[in-house]
Amino acid sequence: MVELLKDTNIDFIGFRKKAFIISLILVLIGCYAFIMVSLGKANLSVDFTGGTNVQIKFANQVDIGMLREALVNGGVGDVQIQQISGTKEFFIKTKLSDTGSEKIQDKISKILSGQLKDNKYEILGSSMVGPGVGRDLKKYAIIAVCLALLGIIIYIAWRFTFISGIAATIATFHDVVVILGVFYILGKEINLLIITALLTIAGYSLQDTVVVFDRIRENMLKMKSKNDFGETINRSINEVLSRTIVTGISTLIVLAVFMIFGGEVLFDFSFALFIGLIVGTYSSIFVASPIVYAWRKKVL
Amino acid sequence: MLKSIKLRVFFIVLFLVISIIYCLPNIIEPTGVWKKYLPSDKIHLGLDLKGGMHLLLELDTAKMLENMVDRKFNSLKDNMIRDGIRFLGLDKKENALFITIRAEQKDKLYNLIGKEFTDMKAGATKADGENLTIEFLLSEKELSSIKENAVHQALETIRNRIDQFGVSEPIIVRQGDNQMLVQLPGIKDPQRAMELIGRTAQLEFKLVDEENAARYTGGTPPEGDEVLTMRTKNRETGIATTTQILLKKQSLLTGELLTDARVKIGGEFGGESYVAIEFNSEGARLFDKVTAENVGKRIAIILDNAVYSAPVVKERISGGKASISGSFTMDEAKDLAIVLRAGALPAPVKVVQNITIGPSLGQDSINKGLKATILGSILVIIFMIFYYRMSGIIANIALLLNLIYLLGAFSALKATMTLPGIAGIALTIGMGVDSNVLIFERIREELRLGKTVRAAVDAGYTKAWVAIFDSHITTLITAFVLFIFGTGPIKGFAITLIIGMIINLFTAVFGSKAIFDWIMVKYKPRKLSI
Repeated sequence: MVELLKDTNIDFIGFRKKAFIISLILVLIGCYAFIMVSLGKANLSVDFTGGTNVQIKFANQVDIGMLREALVNGGVGDVQIQQISGTKEFFIKTKLSDTGSEKIQDKISKILSGQLKDNKYEILGSSMVGPGVGRDLKKYAIIAVCLALLGIIIYIAWRFTFISGIAATIATFHDVVVILGVFYILGKEINLLIITALLTIAGYSLQDTVVVFDRIRENMLKMKSKNDFGETINRSINEVLSRTIVTGISTLIVLAVFMIFGGEVLFDFSFALFIGLIVGTYSSIFVASPIVYAWRKKVL
Repeated sequence: MLKSIKLRVFFIVLFLVISIIYCLPNIIEPTGVWKKYLPSDKIHLGLDLKGGMHLLLELDTAKMLENMVDRKFNSLKDNMIRDGIRFLGLDKKENALFITIRAEQKDKLYNLIGKEFTDMKAGATKADGENLTIEFLLSEKELSSIKENAVHQALETIRNRIDQFGVSEPIIVRQGDNQMLVQLPGIKDPQRAMELIGRTAQLEFKLVDEENAARYTGGTPPEGDEVLTMRTKNRETGIATTTQILLKKQSLLTGELLTDARVKIGGEFGGESYVAIEFNSEGARLFDKVTAENVGKRIAIILDNAVYSAPVVKERISGGKASISGSFTMDEAKDLAIVLRAGALPAPVKVVQNITIGPSLGQDSINKGLKATILGSILVIIFMIFYYRMSGIIANIALLLNLIYLLGAFSALKATMTLPGIAGIALTIGMGVDSNVLIFERIREELRLGKTVRAAVDAGYTKAWVAIFDSHITTLITAFVLFIFGTGPIKGFAITLIIGMIINLFTAVFGSKAIFDWIMVKYKPRKLSI
């Protein structure tokens, strides 16, 4: 039998005060990032901001990857490149807009002349594009997420306790906000893919929290006195720890592969998931369970 | 025991066969006899993974402004008659109206303009004896705000139409000053999509001018009339004929007053599709009035200046319901209902660019992503076998089942696969792996307590099931809410999760457990490789 952990006995609850401080700092950064994103002051992708769409035609067929690399090297990252099927033409979408001093198409032109010396090209046109995600879409997305959180609270409250529902929701929210904060600090672009990654993290984090809660619920039935509650939580988390580690490792393997081999467009997406997995695991142990513990301590 | 195993294996295999049948078209094209009986739809891929149709539409704002000036012109005429201002001449040019009146009525006219036409500014005046010609201009600011609003309305209308057409996750953005960029994934019938999007869909009801029709033999129509073409299809032969029809120019009602349009079949049209429309309260009132005044006359139903039908009004119609017939095919009727529901475009659009475009993620990223997926999967499979030995192999079989069921369900439901959808699949598979880990860790615990292999497996499954059930139901609830209220990528993510959670629950109970039970019954092992 291969085992990574055996009969651990870590005092997770004892660590809760430190964990709360860590989480508080991370969440504050995350909330700041969230406000900045809402105000449109963060590094948002062309889906949210609109930008410029440049149509370009090459003399010889060029590989999309090469073209992307050339633009990134020239300092125009965050581009969407689409090839027009059956031609040597491409659309390059960037969130940069023409400024008084320099037109985007000239900028791209300059980069390509430097990077792809032996391939002649001509720019067929360049025009402004509006944001693909309008105000309505944003509004509906926010409504959807709020209602989903409400659904989680109700279900978990019914299956466990009301406070568990609140704790699970806080932990889920915590994870999403923290990732947003990390992305904001690193100056990474927030695009639709990252939004999807955040949703995926929320799903993973919930799964993790529910598994821990399930163990606590089960062990509480065996509890002799109310004072053992902290002990029960600790034991439950220790019992589930091996599962948490095994699942975590297998998922991290996949995400690591994606980060190494998935190319730059998918890198941020996998990176968000990678961090999200770690934060999600941390939060079910150090955020969700201690909240339940602290609450019960106050009430009882 | 054996009976229940057989039953479970039967279900597993049954669903497997169904899924594989649905997945087949993605690998081989069905031909001949097979085509008739087997599904032939591939899994649709979204814009981000496969690209699709790329349309650049231009809103004819010049035409729109002309229409608007026309409307202003008519309305001003009516108002002047009402207020007793005699007009001696009226003329319009681009964004200006020229009105010739008697000089003493100047104040009256200025009053009217100031009260009812606040967006017009008086320009130059030209006196000619008793008469005065005044120029009224639409202000530049007004013009640009009208243009702005028109583009927004057009975007909204097109988005509505595409949503109702059932295309998932289109891209609809504004480009430049008066252009709209529309990208649609996996369109089978581009022509139909283009007509649906590009149609102006101005619906009008006009009176047929039967008094003058007898005398009219072509050429310039009489004052206040116009000639439009009506297409009719002979029911028996299916041959289409066109007739010219003389109409009163003025619209009795327009499509803006509609609240709903639905496809119906049968009724007085003998099994044909027609479109039933419903007016809002104002429309109903007008329609009631118009039909009451014109019993026995013909009213033409016109869409974008083509007459669909010109039925005789048999009686006064109150209740605000009417129907449009015109020998439609089912698809034609459906599309007509969609454009009527979604509303008219504020101006005609023309297609500037119609091309097929590659995936928005870039083919390079997709290829790398595929490689990473395969490599990642192999590593997880190896890790599971390394950690759980023989049981790991069983878990991998269960995961493979999961994946095949998922793809089968995707093909069967004709859902569109996008990257958010794939993220949903990744989460599903992740939760599937987690379910197995939960079960196996539980079985290990039970074995440590010294239980027999069979008891340990049973207890492990029973105990893990509660956690698996709860976490999957929580996710399912979330996914449902996101599906109902979410749009675009959020919806795509939610669809896969809903399908995935249901399949996961099935394989968690049926998949690996059936294999374990079968091993227990057949080999009665003393030890478990876990």
